[in-house]
Amino acid sequence: MTETVEDRTDIAADIESVPELLAHALRIEEDAEERYLSLAEQMETHHNNEIARLFRWFAGHEAEHAQEIRERMACMPLPDIKPWDYKWQGAESPEAVDYAEVRYTISVREALELALAAEKRAFDFFGRIAAVAKDPEMRRWAAEFAEEEAEHVRLVEKEIARLGPEAPAPVEDPDPPNEPL
Amino acid sequence: MNEQATIKRKASDYKSEVKPVWCPGCGDYHVLLALTRMLAASGTPPEDVAVISGIGCSSRIPAYTNCYGFHGVHGRALALGTGLKIARPDLTVLVMSGDGDGFSIGGNHFLHACRRNVDLTYVVMDNQVYGMTKGQPSPTTDPEWDSALAPGGTGIRPFHPLVIALASGANFVARAFSGQPNETARILHEAVMHPGFSFVQVLSPCVTFRPEQAEWKSQVHPAPVEPTDDPARAARRIMTDDGFNIGILYRGDRPVLTARATRDPAPVETLERSFAT
Repeated sequence: MTETVEDRTDIAADIESVPELLAHALRIEEDAEERYLSLAEQMETHHNNEIARLFRWFAGHEAEHAQEIRERMACMPLPDIKPWDYKWQGAESPEAVDYAEVRYTISVREALELALAAEKRAFDFFGRIAAVAKDPEMRRWAAEFAEEEAEHVRLVEKEIARLGPEAPAPVEDPDPPNEPL
Repeated sequence: MNEQATIKRKASDYKSEVKPVWCPGCGDYHVLLALTRMLAASGTPPEDVAVISGIGCSSRIPAYTNCYGFHGVHGRALALGTGLKIARPDLTVLVMSGDGDGFSIGGNHFLHACRRNVDLTYVVMDNQVYGMTKGQPSPTTDPEWDSALAPGGTGIRPFHPLVIALASGANFVARAFSGQPNETARILHEAVMHPGFSFVQVLSPCVTFRPEQAEWKSQVHPAPVEPTDDPARAARRIMTDDGFNIGILYRGDRPVLTARATRDPAPVETLERSFAT
């Protein structure tokens, strides 16, 4: 889908208040934590323990971020939003790694790249709101969240850089797909 | 299902401790997510929900929820679910199945469940293949799909579950896509809240035997028209769409079948006399 200026305006216009923005911010972290835990379980089930540990590490970070948001908004009642009424641009909250992108043979580099893409989506989400929201308080919150996401992007990029330029050897798949005979 | 907004529940409250063994990348993970999000949004306590299934990858789903569940025999999930709903109308009954279990082995039950119109929701996770048994074509498989187990394709016209459901009397018909878990949760919520037999076909890709289904993500689109209460119009739309229209396609208002008796049963003595020679 081609992104347009209209898209950028729409998303900021749809989120109308600071409590609504904070509800979205919390949902982003909670969904990301839930997704990483689920993916870690998948990897454990399929004996890819290295990636399972990595996903659990990410889940722990997302849980910390969610807790920080909860503490900061402790006195602010948040709107009760049904899952389908959140105003995401895509099918899910931006920081949740897409289940469909993960395979049981996934490598460290591939897992980190999925995480990087998720962090970039979250950065983009808050960045758009910070750029076009009319309420200065919303802009301030969104800019702060965007900066946090930018820090996460840098962190993951650093981890990817530590892997070095060499592509790892392909993981052997003992049960290759689409070859039933 | 009565919405119970007073108790705030999370999707994780509806998940069990059992870890799914689906292939990573399977669409069914998203369906489980949509199901638990829908239940959390409704606030229905887990003990007031029954998740019933047959056999197949998708039919593992009751074990992954902490609702009441029954992992039944192949193709018979609707028979189990119908009996349960008749006996316990207070429960929210969700019957979860796959395209093989639901449309081949359970095809006859599907027709008559639509016809009876008992108040339950039937969700079929359709990946157009028997994934659990290594990739045989299912009733919804394209006739041209060439595979090691069906060289050259089956050449058999695919089963069209949404039209069959309409023709057989289902009171609510919708199509969802697993890769849109929030939209799927909304559709499931509407299905559960609608009286009578609700049928939801969820396109749920099989990453292992149908990797080309990854393209579904870019092929699905919202249904361009509002739901209709005219089954003939709904059928025409479904027969002529591209198979990727997502949304609620039909809402009917047929009377719901319950266990109520229209008159008192005859005394046992009367029945005995009728059989006496």
